[in-house]
Amino acid sequence: MSPMTVVLRRELAGYFATPVAYVFLVIFLVLSATFAFYLGGFFERGQADLAAFFTFHPWLYLFLVPALSMRLWAEERKSGTIELLMTLPVTLWQAVLGKFLAAWAFTALALALTFPMWLTVNYLGDPDNGAILTAYLGSLLMAGGFLAIGACLSATTRNQIIAFILTVVACFGFLLAGFPLVLDLFAGWAPDALVEAVASLSFLTHYNALSRGVIELRDLVFFALVISVFLYANTLVLDMKKAS
Amino acid sequence: MIRTQALSRRYGPLLAVDALSFEILPGTVLGFLGPNGAGKSTTMKMLAGFIRPSAGQAIVGGHDVTREPLTVKRLIGYLPEGAPGYGEMTVAGFLGFVADLRGLRGPRRRQRLAEVMDRLSLGSVATQTLETLSKGFRRRVGLAQAILHDPAILILDEPTDGLDPNQKHEVRALIREMAADKTIIISTHILEEVDALCNRVMIIGHGRLLADDEPRQLEARSRYHNAVSLRLRDPAQLAAAATALAALPGVDAVERDHQRLTALPDQGAEILPAISELARTAGWPLAELHLESGRLDEVFRRITTGGVA
Repeated sequence: MSPMTVVLRRELAGYFATPVAYVFLVIFLVLSATFAFYLGGFFERGQADLAAFFTFHPWLYLFLVPALSMRLWAEERKSGTIELLMTLPVTLWQAVLGKFLAAWAFTALALALTFPMWLTVNYLGDPDNGAILTAYLGSLLMAGGFLAIGACLSATTRNQIIAFILTVVACFGFLLAGFPLVLDLFAGWAPDALVEAVASLSFLTHYNALSRGVIELRDLVFFALVISVFLYANTLVLDMKKAS
Repeated sequence: MIRTQALSRRYGPLLAVDALSFEILPGTVLGFLGPNGAGKSTTMKMLAGFIRPSAGQAIVGGHDVTREPLTVKRLIGYLPEGAPGYGEMTVAGFLGFVADLRGLRGPRRRQRLAEVMDRLSLGSVATQTLETLSKGFRRRVGLAQAILHDPAILILDEPTDGLDPNQKHEVRALIREMAADKTIIISTHILEEVDALCNRVMIIGHGRLLADDEPRQLEARSRYHNAVSLRLRDPAQLAAAATALAALPGVDAVERDHQRLTALPDQGAEILPAISELARTAGWPLAELHLESGRLDEVFRRITTGGVA
């Protein structure tokens, strides 16, 4: 087993050693279904697709993903185990990737457990399953983006609550980067190029295409880039702050 | 085995370790002494590859800690201060995790795990989670983790902190047993431990090396080296005895501590024969008479509070 896999397995097992995993799974499943049926009007729409279900994923992730990512590094720093981990023969990248992939695998599991939604819609009608698969992929990629941001911010502090709040705020910013709420902060003083650049960072814009079943390379690349950049930042933050 | 050259570490404006240079050979059990905040832990963290030196160099087992961190980490076993561990893991799970990261496999993994659990008497708590363990057990799990891969170099930051006297004894026996073919650095506050374990002592203060010697040589620097202390059965005679002792040639000063008198010699003087002669002729009711080899705590205090040893 590579050191990364060892870290990944430990981290994943850690979720299930505490009630965190079960609380997260139950809340995610209940909320995602509730939103789809009550807010999204799953039945009333009268269409055989899961749009009502996927629309709410960004908002669910906004609060649930930071709850998952907040402990990744903050807890290691608080309990001092980071010193143990970093003096075992494992590189910074292996540790960062191992932990991130564990959290990501966990969200993948949560997503996979929503399969009854898919069964329902297939029972009721004849949906485009390719589009649904694409939407699942988009949702997973977006969760990965949120997780990478959360992992990085979790490394900046030894306090999980602070990590949680920072992550919610940062993710909120990224979600709405294409909307007036965020753009108005820049419009007026910043050059148009910057405003456009900020607008192009919007998670919602990139996710919406995928959630409608449209695979575009730039959306995939966007999420891959977000994940890479924040994991890289994660290693930098750790290197700078691990000893303090 | 371990060599540092002008090793320094700065935290903002604070110079925690200031140009430390030393060399440690195999078979050495080095006691790292110093007041809190002297830079002991920082130095150990740098040797273990946890933090990078601000300047200078550390070579461990022939490899530069900064340039080949992974190679160095494979060579050493390290017990961080406070013996941190993952609270939600069981003892067996935690040691298994470390074994996996150490690349132990198959029969050797099983054998090492069993051996280490046995050596540190962890069998009874193997399935307990770390957060439910007492301080003593947690420290022993930390030690187990450090010696799991039978490293040639051991760096232990306060290995006996929080242990009861029996456990301290066991851990010391374990370290002594391993000492023959390893290089071991331990930091400690407990001076008797240095006497019991170490064949070399380094005292540091404000990040600088203040003394580097064998424990016995260090004791010899004490004012109490070759001092004679005695106790009388009849406390009423103490005052007269003190005066008589002070008048002896070669006696520099006489200290009185409760029922005990201690005669400090002039530099290099041997005063025991004269004192025992005096006691015999004066007919003192001696309850105890002995020659001191020196007091490490006094040397430690003098060195670390600025006096010249």
